[in-house]
This record gives sequence, C-alpha cells and structure tokens, in this order.
Amino acid sequence: MRRAEVICFVLFVFVCTHANARNSKVFANSPGSLQQAIDKTMPGDTLFVQKGTYKEHDIHINKRLVIIGDNWPVIDGQNKYQLLTIEHDSVAVIGLQLQNTGRSSLTDIAAIKLLNANYITVRNNKLYNNTYGVYLQNANNNIVDGNIIQSNSVDELNSGNGVHAWKSAYLTISNNIISGHRDGIYFEFVTDSHITNNRSFKNVRYGLHFMFSHRDAYRKNVFMDNGAGVAVMFSKFVEMYDNTFVHNWGDAAYAILLKEISDSKIIHNRFIKNTVGIYFEGTSRIQVLNNEFKENGWAMRVQASCSENNFERNNFESNSFDVATNGTMMLNTFRQNYWDKYDGYDLDKNRIGDVPYYPVSMYSVVTEKIPAAMILYRSFITDIMDQVEKILPSVTPDQLKDDAPMMKSWNLQ
Amino acid sequence: MIRIKELTKTFGKFTALNNISLELKTGSVVSLLGPNGSGKTTLIKSILGLVIPEKGEIVINGQPIKNNWEYRSQIGYMPQIGRYPDNMTIAQVINMIKEVRADVKAYDEDLIHGLGINKVQNKTMRSLSGGTRQKVSACLAFLFSPDIFILDEPTAGLDPLSSELLKEKIIAEKKKGKLFLITSHVLSDLEGITSNVVYLQDGNIVFYKTIEEIQTVTGESRLNKAVAVLMQEIK
Amino acid sequence: MKTIIKYVTLDLVRNKIMIIYALILAALSFSVLSIDSNSSKGLLSLLNVTLLFVPIISILFATIYFFNSIEFIELLLSQPVKRNKVLLAEYIGLAATLCIAYTIGIGIPLAILAPVYASVVLLVSGLLLTLCFSAIALLIFVLFKDKTKGIGAAIITGLFFTLLFDGLLIIFIYSFSDYPIDKPILGIISFNPVDLARILMLLQLDVAVMMGYSGALFKKFLGTATGSVYTVVCMLFWVIVPLFISLKIFKKRDL
Repeated sequence: MRRAEVICFVLFVFVCTHANARNSKVFANSPGSLQQAIDKTMPGDTLFVQKGTYKEHDIHINKRLVIIGDNWPVIDGQNKYQLLTIEHDSVAVIGLQLQNTGRSSLTDIAAIKLLNANYITVRNNKLYNNTYGVYLQNANNNIVDGNIIQSNSVDELNSGNGVHAWKSAYLTISNNIISGHRDGIYFEFVTDSHITNNRSFKNVRYGLHFMFSHRDAYRKNVFMDNGAGVAVMFSKFVEMYDNTFVHNWGDAAYAILLKEISDSKIIHNRFIKNTVGIYFEGTSRIQVLNNEFKENGWAMRVQASCSENNFERNNFESNSFDVATNGTMMLNTFRQNYWDKYDGYDLDKNRIGDVPYYPVSMYSVVTEKIPAAMILYRSFITDIMDQVEKILPSVTPDQLKDDAPMMKSWNLQ
Repeated sequence: MIRIKELTKTFGKFTALNNISLELKTGSVVSLLGPNGSGKTTLIKSILGLVIPEKGEIVINGQPIKNNWEYRSQIGYMPQIGRYPDNMTIAQVINMIKEVRADVKAYDEDLIHGLGINKVQNKTMRSLSGGTRQKVSACLAFLFSPDIFILDEPTAGLDPLSSELLKEKIIAEKKKGKLFLITSHVLSDLEGITSNVVYLQDGNIVFYKTIEEIQTVTGESRLNKAVAVLMQEIK
Repeated sequence: MKTIIKYVTLDLVRNKIMIIYALILAALSFSVLSIDSNSSKGLLSLLNVTLLFVPIISILFATIYFFNSIEFIELLLSQPVKRNKVLLAEYIGLAATLCIAYTIGIGIPLAILAPVYASVVLLVSGLLLTLCFSAIALLIFVLFKDKTKGIGAAIITGLFFTLLFDGLLIIFIYSFSDYPIDKPILGIISFNPVDLARILMLLQLDVAVMMGYSGALFKKFLGTATGSVYTVVCMLFWVIVPLFISLKIFKKRDL
C-alpha cells in the first residue's frame, strides 16, 4: 500500500516535470557551476549534469528537482567536504558519481544527505570512498535503489555507514551493492520499510544493523564477510525472508544477532559458514521456519531469556554445534526440523523419527558454562562425553528437544 | 688376560656375584660351570660391560673396563640366544657388524665357510632355526680374530658335526695364545678342550683349578666324572 | 652409529606391521579426502585419525620392537660401541621408519588430493607425534626390565595421553571454573603432546575461530604465530626430554 503511494507520487512528479517544466544542462567548466545551475532552475525542472569532474561541495537542493547524470559525472569532495544535501521533498538524484567526502568524527559527513525530505529517489548512483553513503534523517517515503556504495574503512571509529537512516519511515532500500563501510545498512527508529535485494559485504562492523525499527521487511538480501554479521535489536514485527548470510566468520561474528526482538518472522533464509548462525537473546514469539543452517560453528545460540519462539522445518547440516544454550529451562518449541546428527529410526515410515532429537550436546553445554573448555574442541573426550550424554542424559536441558525430527532434509530451494 | 678383583653384583636382595676374584690367563680355555642362577651369566655380562657391578674391578689386558668401551674390540662374544632383527638376511647382519667394526680389515671367515653359513646367507633371520642362528653367532664371535672369546653355551643348539667343528676351531685358536671363557651345561662337550675349570655357586667361586689338578686329585680322567667327584668331596 | 641406523631401518621397512600401518593410513586418507570436496573437512577427519592412531601405534610398536631387540642390542654392545650410540641409533632407526610410514600413508595422499599449507602442518604434527611417542616408548623400555610390564605401561601411557588426560583436564576445568584458569589450562595442555598436535593443527584451519570465541587469552595467544611456535617447541621438548632421560638411565642399566 505504502509502496504504491510512493510509486504514484513519483509518477506524478514525472508527469508534472514533463508537463510544464524545463530541461537544462550543466557543464563542469567553472567552479561552483553545479550549485549555480541548481539555483537557476525552477521547481520541477530537470537538470542534466554533463560528464566531467565537479570539485564542488556542500551542494544544497531545496526545491523540487530531478538531477540526472550523463554517464556518471563525478562530484569530488577532495577528502574534505560533504557533497549533496537535499532539504526539500520530491527530488530525484540519478546517475551521479559522488566520491571522496571528508572524514570527521564530529559531524556525519555524507555523499547524499536527506534532511527532513520526503518522496526522494536516489537511484543508480556510484558512491565511492565516502564516510557516509546515503544519509537519511527524518525522511519518509524515500527510495534508495540500484546504487553502488563502496568505501575502504579499516576501523569503526573513523568510518560511517553505507545507507544510514534515522527516524524515518516508508523507505525502500533495494538493489544496492554496499561494501567497506562501518555498517552496510543502518536503521535507527525506522519503521514500515522494505530492504530488498541488496548485497552488503566486507563491512567493518555489521552488514545490517537496526534498532528500534518496527514493521520492517528484509528480503532477498545477501550479507557476506562482514566483521560481525548482522545485528538487530529492540524491534518488533520484523520480517526476514529469503536472505543469505555467508561467511560471517570471526570470533565475535554472528550471521544474525537478535536482541530483544519479538513477534517477528525469519523464514527461508540460508546461513552458511558463520561462526554463529543466529544468536537469540531476549527474543519472543519469533517464527524461525524453513531456514537452512550449513557448516556453521554454532547454528543457533538460544539464550535462556528467550521464550515462545518456534523453530520448524529448518535444515541443520554439518554444523559443529546445532544449538547451544546457557540455561536448563527452555520455553521454545522445536518441531520437524532436519538434523544431520540425528541417529534415530523411523519404524512407521512416516518420515518422522520415532524418538526425539536433543540438539544441545553435552560439550556445548559445558563450553557455554565454561568457555575455557573450548580448548578441548575436537578432542576425543568431547565425542565420548556426547555419546555418554545421549545414553544417560544429565546435563543437557531435557525440554530442549525436537519431538518430530525429520529423517530427510527439507528441499528449501 | 682377564683379572677380576673383588667383584660384587646384587639384583635387589639377590646376590649374583659375591666378592669374586679371578685371573684368567692367555692361552687357556676356562670352563665356567655351575648350576642355574649361580652367577655365570652375570659374570660374563660384567666382563662385557652389559651388567654394571657395584663393587670391584675388571681389568682386561691391563685396561680397567669401567667407563670404557674400546676394550670390547678385544673380545668376541657368542650369546646363548642369538636373536637378530627379523627381516635382516644373514649377509646383512654380517655386513653390519663388519661396518660397525670398520677398524678391522682382516676377517676370519673359517667358520662361515666351515658351518656353511655362506650358502644360506640370503635367508632372513626370521626364517632360521635356532641352530642356524647359533652358527651365525659363532661366526660373528670369531670374525675379527679377537684375543679373548666369551662363549655362552656355544654347543647347546648345534648338531654334532658343527659342534665338533667349533671345538676344533677353539683348539686351533687356543694354540695361537687366545683366551677362552666358556659356559656349558654339557660337560662332555668341553672334554678335551678345557684347560681350567671355574665352579660357581650362589655367587661364590667353589673352586678354580686346572684340568690336570682335578684329574690328579680325583683320579678320574673324564671331566664329567672328575667334577662330580670333586663336588662330592667339597660337600 | 649411521651403520646401525641404516640396518635397523632396512630391517623395519620390511616389517609387515609397518607396511600394514602405512597402507591403512593411505586407505583412510584417500577415502576421506576423495569423499569430501571440502579439503578443510577432510583434513579435520585426518587429524582425528592422526590423533587416535599415531600415538597408540607408535608407542606400542616401538615398545614391542625395543623389547624384542634386547638380544640384538646386547650383541651390538659386545662390540666396541658406546651404549648411547646404540640406543640412539635404535631410536632413530625406528622413529625414521614410523615417520616414513606416516608420510606414505598420510603425506602422499595429502600432496595429491589436498596440496594446501594446512596439509603440511598436519604432516608435521603427525611426524612430531610419532617422534614423541617413540621417545616415550624408549623411556618405557629402559625403565622396565620385563617385556609384559613394558607393553602394559605403553598401552596405559598411550591411553592416558589420548583419552584420560583430556578427561582429567575437563574435570579440572569444571572444578575451577570460578577462577581465572585460562593460563593454567595453556600450561597443562603443554604436558600432553596429543593436545599440542591437535591445537597446532586447528590453528591452521578456520575452525580456530571457535577457540578464539571462548576467551581473549586463547585468541591472543593461539591466534598468533606465537601459538604455533609454542606448540611446536613443546612437542620438541616431548621428544628431547624422554630421549635424554632414557640415555641417562641406559648408561647405568643392566642388560
């Protein structure tokens, strides 16, 4: 519904500009030509920025305007300045190359900044080596689509986020390729938004990071090789569908870290080769369905503070540990998952194992209590412990079990 | 020659050798006799440096053997049980010992030919009978023409023919002025080659006499009988 | 000494058990490495094989071999050679053969099917384990006069290091979990060559992250080159110290 509105509005703007607006061109021939050109336009105009390098900064757009780059003209901040600031509704920025903003720890310096601006489209731009890529503050109903946002941050302190949104709503972040920032996509107080089909990789901290952002949907994104994976906290009604989380590998890395998340859905995602697939802390009423967990260190760590979460029809294959937990109580349900470590039988041939599967191994309980025991990783004693525990359960939480484990893996393609 | 002075060796509470003094001269064949556990093997091993005595001294050709290993070049040793690495051939064993003794260039290979060892030299040690292994041990003891021979039960597993051959070899070497120290249970095998007899019991020397002395004292010419009579008298 | 080493090796390379050992290792390696396209996984399986088989086989075979060679050693010692040289030659010949068997059984399949750096480390840790446990076998040989007792001691020692040690360690960790025990644990680990080999190998694989996860010290210590150097040095100690003690005892030992 929201999306439809946005599209209608963009169409409306488009029609308007063609009905009674002028087109104008700007060339990179004199300093300050871009800002002058913008100042000369009337609301609703279209400005064609011609190929060339514009060494301009702090360009302000405060009227209804479409800016289209001809073959990616370069706007260069010379590692000192901020570039484009949009402070008016209904602006479109298409096909520019914005690079080399300054770096500052005092202010957030961005290539494209949206301040209190709505119905903005930022599309097909190339953003290279900026502190912040696209920065949205108090800006609703905006589209950030098809941009390439790259930087080369090395630490968290002197870097900014690829797409940064604060106190916004009804955003669409789609088809962007984001890498080398602090966080690939950062949301704080952003609601009712769609994040679709982005690729976020090799960011210093998180591929995706959001807090206090309710009713957002994340679909078909790929998060790879990020320093600490994806962190989502203090949010409700989050939907995560069809995403892929690959190789978030490091000693404090999670494919997803969930903290205080409730009433959310994590469906049909793939978690491959992460130190921890999903880390649950203080989560409740989350549906974790049809996901694939493969070759992770821990497929899931479910802290005892979690309740009423539902884990169904997931595949767990080749993980070092399937599930780890820090308590003995377990208020979540596991059903009809496929566990490759399950060695039960199926006498009635209904494809469901006849004995429950206990996904928490004794060794994982021990390491959870005493991390130092990790020094014995892959030694025989741990195998023996697990085997003994299977026969005589004593330490592992006995409520944490899958009563209906599948004999064969689900086809989740 | 071997001079042993006040030699004592104990294994825990068991005294294997009790303050033994003995002098073995060149050109003699000394038979070392005594019941099982009397200290014969311990004495031999002490001379070879395999057992380290807690008291006393052994001097070989004027050299004390303590903390010394070169003196063993003067000794040829034939062990009671010859066990060799399973997969070595006879030729390899002989070659190895030759290589270990790189200082010697002239080999006495009479026994190798006489006992027919050269004919089976490509057999592995594992496949050999006890007798053949004894023969190999004998060959090795004589290989470097040492001054002193220590033979531990040399004839035990040998066929009569080989046994006779070995005896002849011992007599021949004795004539060259070599010293032999031989242990054996079968006294008749020592008949005709022995010049001296040492009798050990419970780690003590019961007697050390030349064969002539024994024969005069007992009036018996056969070694077997003579020793038996002597033992009777002592008791 | 070279002569003795040469002949001992020549004898042992034709030993049936040695050949079977190499063949079994090779069969295991080829099957494990060809089933898994993922070389890291295959290497982990081979690590398990190494950690289980190498210590037990090395220590048992070496002990039995030494006790069986006692008459041969006597024969050698009746020649004008130093005791130390004979014993050392016996050890080197035996350890060399065990190493050859391991290299054939594990090294060649790795070179063909998984030619990566971690494979070299696996080979090195396997060889170091072989050297360690043959040295321990030598110590058992000089300490025990009786073959049966010696073999018993070898079995117990082998099991102690492969299984019991870690069991005791986990009890220790459990009992003292309220204290800062990271450092003592690293110290204790140094007393078990099997653990050292395991950690040395894990450090080369990406699963090392799992250990780093558990504490800053492990990450700091094990995650750097220091960790690898430390484990290798400790393992070398496990070769040199038993050898040295063996030679010392053997000097005064009756045969």
